[in-house]
Amino acid sequence: MSAVTDTVRVAPAANPVSQSIRDSMVVAKRNLIRMSRIPEMIIYGLIQPIMFVVLFTYVFGGSMQIGNSTSAADYKNFLMAGIFAQTVTFATASSGAGIADDMHKGLIDRFRSLPMARGAVLTGRTLADSVQTALTLVVLAVVALLVGWRVGSDGSTNAAKVLAAFGLLLLLGYAFTWIGALIGMSVRTPEAATSSGLIWLFPVTFISNAFVDTSHMTPWLRHIAEWNPFSATVQACRVLFANPGQSTSDAWPMQHPVWASLIYSILILVVFRTLAVRKYRSATA
Amino acid sequence: MPGAIYAEGLVKTFGDVKALDGVDLDVPEGTVLGLLGPNGAGKTTTVRCLTTLLRPDSGRAVVAGIDVLKQPDAVRRSIGLSGQFAAVDEYLTGRENLQMVGQLYQMRAKAAKERAAELLEQFHLADAADRPTKTYSGGMRRRLDLAAALVVSPPVMFMDEPTTGLDPRNRQQLWEVIKQLVSGGTTLLLTTQYLEEADHLAHDIAVVDHGKVIAQGTSDQLKARTGGERVEVVVHEREHIQGAAEVLAGFGKGETKVEEHMRKLTAPVTGGAKLLAEVIRELDTRGIEIDDIGLRRPTLDDVFLSLTGHVAEAENQENDKEATQ
Repeated sequence: MSAVTDTVRVAPAANPVSQSIRDSMVVAKRNLIRMSRIPEMIIYGLIQPIMFVVLFTYVFGGSMQIGNSTSAADYKNFLMAGIFAQTVTFATASSGAGIADDMHKGLIDRFRSLPMARGAVLTGRTLADSVQTALTLVVLAVVALLVGWRVGSDGSTNAAKVLAAFGLLLLLGYAFTWIGALIGMSVRTPEAATSSGLIWLFPVTFISNAFVDTSHMTPWLRHIAEWNPFSATVQACRVLFANPGQSTSDAWPMQHPVWASLIYSILILVVFRTLAVRKYRSATA
Repeated sequence: MPGAIYAEGLVKTFGDVKALDGVDLDVPEGTVLGLLGPNGAGKTTTVRCLTTLLRPDSGRAVVAGIDVLKQPDAVRRSIGLSGQFAAVDEYLTGRENLQMVGQLYQMRAKAAKERAAELLEQFHLADAADRPTKTYSGGMRRRLDLAAALVVSPPVMFMDEPTTGLDPRNRQQLWEVIKQLVSGGTTLLLTTQYLEEADHLAHDIAVVDHGKVIAQGTSDQLKARTGGERVEVVVHEREHIQGAAEVLAGFGKGETKVEEHMRKLTAPVTGGAKLLAEVIRELDTRGIEIDDIGLRRPTLDDVFLSLTGHVAEAENQENDKEATQ
């Protein structure tokens, strides 16, 4: 213990923005190392969306009317944007569970006792989760191609547009992980974070244009579906992928899906990041 | 001038539970204060308030000369916290854990790396440095947690029940580490429910119960409050109780306590072993046969009992939840 001295080996407080970025990266690295040591988490995260792709394609395909078509091929091309969007939002639950687990194990206490940027623990976590989401999307896109999904099946598109669609998906996923972060900070156990982190996602992703053509819905439900932030991203992806089943509704988000998707995602991000970081500051294990 | 850790009238209420009811503390620089109390007494809440994790409803706290409520971030740069739950990431290796903490203390990556290696060596964790901490034993995890609190060699340290749940061997080991640390001049506030631990490590002991410091002093001072040493006699025959009581009345410095069914008599005395010999001789002269006799010095258990009216470990674990939530 000879190295113990009275001097504190800490640099003076840096520029808060660069400190915040640096601290977030340190925490993101921690979470990525963690993920690489628990590969089964990533694998289970993949099984569910792959299962959805296969089940929806072969069970629902052929009995669904998309626009005026009931062809299984059209439904397959319609479906993928919805599955992709649902997958990025479902990643929220594991974010919340991870944060609740950190709280439970006292790690959040350790972080809060350190002279680090206040939002960095959550930012690092959500960024690392986004890396996982991106990975999941790549695998899922390959599976989708294998079962016959094709971009440009209903018009023309290009690589830039397809990449933009994936960008919007990642942004939506990132915004949603902050909702998960808030849930994770608010519940007492990781188990509660997993279940409460999933429940609300079912109505959000099903009362939407993800799996069915909204024009067949009861009017009041259709309005909800068309203004659902989640639907905006799905519609934007269909437009950018040039896939069938794009909504022709007058609702503003359906008419301007790319803008609507951007605005919604950024709004969710700002609101829930603020709430989650505030919760973090006063968090107790 | 206030000490390295100073608190005045800390109050914290959770719903109906008054976790802290006006805690006052003053720990001079380079000394160790043991915060002793049962579960739910308010020890953890006190530590959380002093380490910026929890904002007290009222009161004032100064750590390392910095106001905790006004400049929490400056306080965080000068303290190390080691908790009862061994807060290390179980999927990271020991080295990765220490490097991360170093970087979050704003050390440069290279400096954090060097410091981590140094600490792993010091805490006898070098062999396990590159294994995920999930594979560590309880004692190893505690040592790593303690090392994490020492990354920047902070002048003020807080340890919340550092040895709770450890087996005696690991507890001894950790005590040695803590003693070495303190000999380096670090100011330490340590909470514990083990009276022996406070006795062993702390210069001063503050006894906490129901959110208040009910007594403070050195271990000897606190023991003196319970009346110093006592002679305890167990007589062989019930009829001899009266006679033995008369003998003890002659030597004792206070009232003799008699437990009839145990045939046991206890009397406060001064004079130590020499006096004990005299008592034995006198009993022998009177033909009083004894089963057992001894000189008893008060333990901190006795101190606690006499101060609070209840035994230290009697309260159940659930009460601690109140303190941490």
